[in-house]
Amino acid sequence: MTTIGILGAGKLGTVLARLAVGAGHEVLVAGSGDPAKIRLIVQVLIPGAAAVSAAEAAARSDIVVLALPLGKYQTVPVEELRGKLVIDAMNYWWEVDGVRDDLGSSSALVQAFLPDSRVVKAFNHMGYHDLDESGRPAGTAGRKAIAIAGDDADALAATAALVESFGFDAVIAGSLSDGVRMEPGTPLFGANEDAATVREMLAAA
Amino acid sequence: MILGLDTFGDVPENDSGTLVSHAAAIRQVIDEAVLADELGVDAIALGEHHRPEYSISTPETVLAGIAALTKRIKLGSGVTVLSSDDPVRVHQRFATVDAISRGRAEVILGRGSFTESFPLFGYDMSQYDLLFEEKLDLFVKLLDEKPVSWTGQTRPALVDADVFPKTESGRLTTWVGVGGSPQSVVRTAQHGLPLMLAIIGGQPSRFAPYVDLYRRAAEQLGTVAHPVGMHSPGFIADTDDLAKEIYYPHYKIQRDRIGALRGWPPLRKTEFDAEVEHGSLYIGSPETVARKIASGAGSLGVGRFDLIYTAGAQPVSARMRAVELFGAKVAPMVREMMAE
Repeated sequence: MTTIGILGAGKLGTVLARLAVGAGHEVLVAGSGDPAKIRLIVQVLIPGAAAVSAAEAAARSDIVVLALPLGKYQTVPVEELRGKLVIDAMNYWWEVDGVRDDLGSSSALVQAFLPDSRVVKAFNHMGYHDLDESGRPAGTAGRKAIAIAGDDADALAATAALVESFGFDAVIAGSLSDGVRMEPGTPLFGANEDAATVREMLAAA
Repeated sequence: MILGLDTFGDVPENDSGTLVSHAAAIRQVIDEAVLADELGVDAIALGEHHRPEYSISTPETVLAGIAALTKRIKLGSGVTVLSSDDPVRVHQRFATVDAISRGRAEVILGRGSFTESFPLFGYDMSQYDLLFEEKLDLFVKLLDEKPVSWTGQTRPALVDADVFPKTESGRLTTWVGVGGSPQSVVRTAQHGLPLMLAIIGGQPSRFAPYVDLYRRAAEQLGTVAHPVGMHSPGFIADTDDLAKEIYYPHYKIQRDRIGALRGWPPLRKTEFDAEVEHGSLYIGSPETVARKIASGAGSLGVGRFDLIYTAGAQPVSARMRAVELFGAKVAPMVREMMAE
């Protein structure tokens, strides 16, 4: 059994955690502070998952998903994430994060902050309610796809397997810096489409 | 079952296809509210925005105008952006609307889905959560209508401050509007306030766990769980096709304008059709919309449904017709369907 840690107990974090529980993984969810603050949320919205601190979620999990506002990425526990596969599901939002034309992919910022973790970008382009509703068993006609981007082949393979277990096809978009093609302002952003369409949208970006 | 209409005062086209002025758009909302009142619609809620395509930035001023012309309809905001306002002034303004309307005012407090009010009134987006938490805390204290002492980081402290006018009922009806943040649901339960869910995409049944969360949080915290409300967008015309035909082009322009700011690609017709078919767009003939409301509200066990009946520049005559059909046909049909 894979243990999945989800940092962030908001709209996206709770949906991803529910998908992870549904896929049979052990799931640890952390909010921004004391786990007691999110215990009821986890109990009601993500039955089967456990509310823990961010440090514990990071330390005990095989894969850690970042589902907090991008502006808070520097609050993640760097030490506990050392050597881990870290999936970045966060998005840049200019209203909060400011206008940054110089940024490149926001996942590169995250990787720079976590130099000893393997960062893969995934689950950022599909709206959280589509994520919640669109998962289907492998082989279902028209199954929706999630684009993933990363620099490490093993990390990409593990992420693809996780995406599959959540009920989606995985489409590799390229290296972590190619993650810009999945970000706000690209054709793929907000898309809930099958693998062939996701590939076309990536090519068009 | 409370059935209401919500709008942000979108600037409509007149029937020759020209956008009307902000002033005319505000008067249009007043005309619609008067018609809704005559037809027995339970509530109207006006949302605060600070963008060119919406005419309403101060809901309570428009509500005061409506109050003087109507008899029964409840007069709400949907939402008042409390984070960038002063809770004391919000309470005073709604207590005033409550006086004019003989007890029909209700405020729906929220964080809003836009951020223009932050720079406009000098608030810092990095305090997004703190501003709402603190101001909601103060507002709840003000609801007792007794002298308040309060200290926080986002507003000067109050020492035994008494706030006027007092309401006749002794308590202003106050809801919290939530867009899907679980923490906001818990916070609402913690304050013992009724919850209004903004469900603007996806299947309404997806929100059932949130209703459950609200009730269980209230139970654990020893507060009262009130009937939950929901609001969702839609439009009514005489036939399904006509409703979609009138609504879609303006909705797409508005959706793409906002999407351009948020990094979404342009809306495609297939996405719109899917949302009408399975999601949270209540568009069609009175019967289609009534059936969808009864099913959506039924799946969540809510006690209130508000239809956001404007989204873009739908023409004035079509808007009036939508309000008329909602009051005369949809609302009675929903009541009948839900009684069964």
